[in-house]
Amino acid sequence: MTTSTLPDTEMKSGGAPRRANPADRLRVFGVSLPWIRRVSILIGLALALFLPFYMEGFGVFQLTQVLYLSIAVLGLNLLTGFTGQFSLGHSAFMAIGAYTAGIMMDQWEVPYYLTIVPAGIVCFAAGFLFGLPALRLEGLYLALATFALAVAAPQLLKYEHFEPFTGGVQGLDLLKPDSPIAFLSNDQWWYYFSLFFGVLLFIAAWNLVRGRTGRAMIAIRDNPIAASTMGINLSLYKSVTFGVSGIYCGVAGALSAIVVEFIAPESFTFIFAILLLIGMVIGGIASIPAAIIGGAFILYVPNFSEMAVDFFFGGDPASKALVWISFGAAMIIVVYIMPMGVAGFVKRNLRRLAR
Amino acid sequence: MPDISMVELVQQVLGGLATGAIYACIALSVVMIYQAIDHFNFAQGEMAMFSAFITWQMIDWGANYWVAFFVCIALSFIGGMAIERIIFAPLRNAPVFTHIVVFIALFQIFNAGAGYIWEFTIREFPSPFPERLPFDTTLIGPHDLGMMAVVLIMLGLIFLFFRFTPVGLAMRAAAAAPDSARLVGISVGMMLALGWGLAAAIGAVGGMMIAPVVYLEPNMMLGILLYGFAGAVVGGLTSPGGAVLGGFMMGVIEPVAGMFIGSELKLTVALVVIVTILIFRPSGMFGRVVVQRV
Repeated sequence: MTTSTLPDTEMKSGGAPRRANPADRLRVFGVSLPWIRRVSILIGLALALFLPFYMEGFGVFQLTQVLYLSIAVLGLNLLTGFTGQFSLGHSAFMAIGAYTAGIMMDQWEVPYYLTIVPAGIVCFAAGFLFGLPALRLEGLYLALATFALAVAAPQLLKYEHFEPFTGGVQGLDLLKPDSPIAFLSNDQWWYYFSLFFGVLLFIAAWNLVRGRTGRAMIAIRDNPIAASTMGINLSLYKSVTFGVSGIYCGVAGALSAIVVEFIAPESFTFIFAILLLIGMVIGGIASIPAAIIGGAFILYVPNFSEMAVDFFFGGDPASKALVWISFGAAMIIVVYIMPMGVAGFVKRNLRRLAR
Repeated sequence: MPDISMVELVQQVLGGLATGAIYACIALSVVMIYQAIDHFNFAQGEMAMFSAFITWQMIDWGANYWVAFFVCIALSFIGGMAIERIIFAPLRNAPVFTHIVVFIALFQIFNAGAGYIWEFTIREFPSPFPERLPFDTTLIGPHDLGMMAVVLIMLGLIFLFFRFTPVGLAMRAAAAAPDSARLVGISVGMMLALGWGLAAAIGAVGGMMIAPVVYLEPNMMLGILLYGFAGAVVGGLTSPGGAVLGGFMMGVIEPVAGMFIGSELKLTVALVVIVTILIFRPSGMFGRVVVQRV
C-alpha cells in the first residue's frame, strides 16, 4: 500500500487512499454539496417520521403504499440503473414475495412480522435462479425474457393445481392484528412497520452501491467486456444482482400483502412491472433517493389526474378515458422537462448553481 | 393427452398461420422502427388500432372500403412522421429509458384516446375479401387466406423498397452508420421520420386486417402486440424476414400448445418456448450477432 501525500487524499483506516470527489468542494449559496445532501436526508427522514401525525387515515395508508412501491422501484433500479440489466418482470418477484408472506400467514398462521425475511430469501433464490439463464441475454432480448416471467406469474398463480395454496383467481384474504402500540392508529403502525424495512433497505442499497460491489456493478453496466478484463466475474455479479433486486421486490411484495390484507393474481400483472419501470425512469435512473420520487409518482399521479379530470369534466362517463390520457401526457411532460428524471434534474441544477 | 385428429391439427395450424400473419405484420413494423432508431416501439399496436378506427369512421361516413383503406394508410404514414418530428426529435439524445417511457405514454394516450372518441364498445369491422373461396375447403376461411396474402405481398414490397430504391438505401445507411450517412448528404432526421411513417403505415394495414377477426375495440391489440414483439425478438430484431417468420411461428405455437396442454397455460407455454429459443440463440434465430470491441 502506498501512502500518498497529495493534498486532496484522505486516509481511511486500513483501506487504500481515497481521493476526495472534486465536486464535493463546490458550494451552492455557501453550502457545500455533501452538506446539502446530509441536510436533505435529515429533512426527508424528519418528514417521513412526522408526516403520518398530520394526515388522515387514508393519507397514511397511501404513504405506506408509496413506501413499498419505492422499495420495489429501488430493487429495479439496482438491477437496471446500476447494473444495466433490463427487466420487465419485477411484478413477478413482487408476486412471489407477496404470496410467500400470504401463504405463511394464511396456511401456517405465522405472525406477519416473521414473514418479511423469508419472503426476501425466497425472492433472492428466485431472482438468482432466473438470473442464471438470463445471463446470455442482453437488452431487449432480456426484456422479453423477463416480460415472459411477468406474464406467466399471474397465470401460474391461477393454475388449478396450486389453488389450495394460492386461492386461485379469488386470491387470499389476510387478517392482521391491530396496532400493538396504543397511541398509534392501525394505519400509522403499518406505516412505521414499512418505514423500518424501507430505511433498512435504502441504507443497504446505499452501502452496496458505494462500495467495491457497486463499482463492479457500474462497470458491468458501462462496459461489460472491459469489466471482465478487470477481473470482475460477470456471471456471478449479474445473477447476484438479480437476486438482490429480487430481495427488494420480495420485501415490497410481502409488505403490500400485509398492508393491503389481500392478494390476488391480478394485482401483479405485467402492467405493474411497467409502472415500476415508469417510476424508475421518472425518479431518475441509477439514483437511490429517486426511488421514493418514483414510488410517489406511480401512486399519486394517476390519482391526481383522476381528480383533475373529475374537476374539469364532472361526472361525464367518458372522462375515465381522459384520466389515462392525462397520465400519459404527464409522463411525456416530465420527460420533456427532465430527460434524466427528477434526480438528474436536481443534480444538474445544483451543479449549475454551484461555484 | 386429449384425442386430436389430424384434420383438427391441420385446421389449428392453418388458423395459427393466419393469426401469425397479423403477428408478422406487427413484428415487421416493430423491426422497421428498431432498424431506424434502435428501440422498441411499445405503442405500435395502439397506433395500428387507432388507424383501424379511422378507417371504420370513414366507412361509417359512407366511404368505399378501398378508398378508406388507402386514405388511412396515407394518414397513418403522416401521423407516424409527425410523432417522430414533434415528440422524438427533441429527445434524441435522452437515455433509452426516457424513450421507453414516452412509448408507454403514447400507448396510454392512443388507447384512452380511442376509447374517448369512439367509446369502449365492440364494433364489427368489414372484411374486404369475398364471402366464399373459389374452391371448396373447410380448412381455412377466405379472410384468413386474404390476410396472409396481403402480409406476404407487403413483405415483398418492403424488401424491394429497401433493396432497390435510393430512398430505401438511404434509410438503411442512416440506420447503419448515421455519421457516415450525414457525410454523404443523407438527412438522417428525415430518414428516421420516414422510418416511423413506414412503420405506422405497415401497422395500419395489420390493424385493418385483424379488426374483422378480433372485432374493433381499443384493447384489441394488446395480445397481438405481445405476440408480435415476441415474434420479432425470436426472429431477430435485425432481420425483417426473421421477424415475419417469428410472427408466423408464434401464431402456430400458441393454438397447438393450447391443444396439447389446455388453454389455461398456453400463453405461458408459448413464452417458455421463446425463452428457450433465446437461451440457445441470444440474438434471435436470424439476428445478426454483433461482435463488440472495447
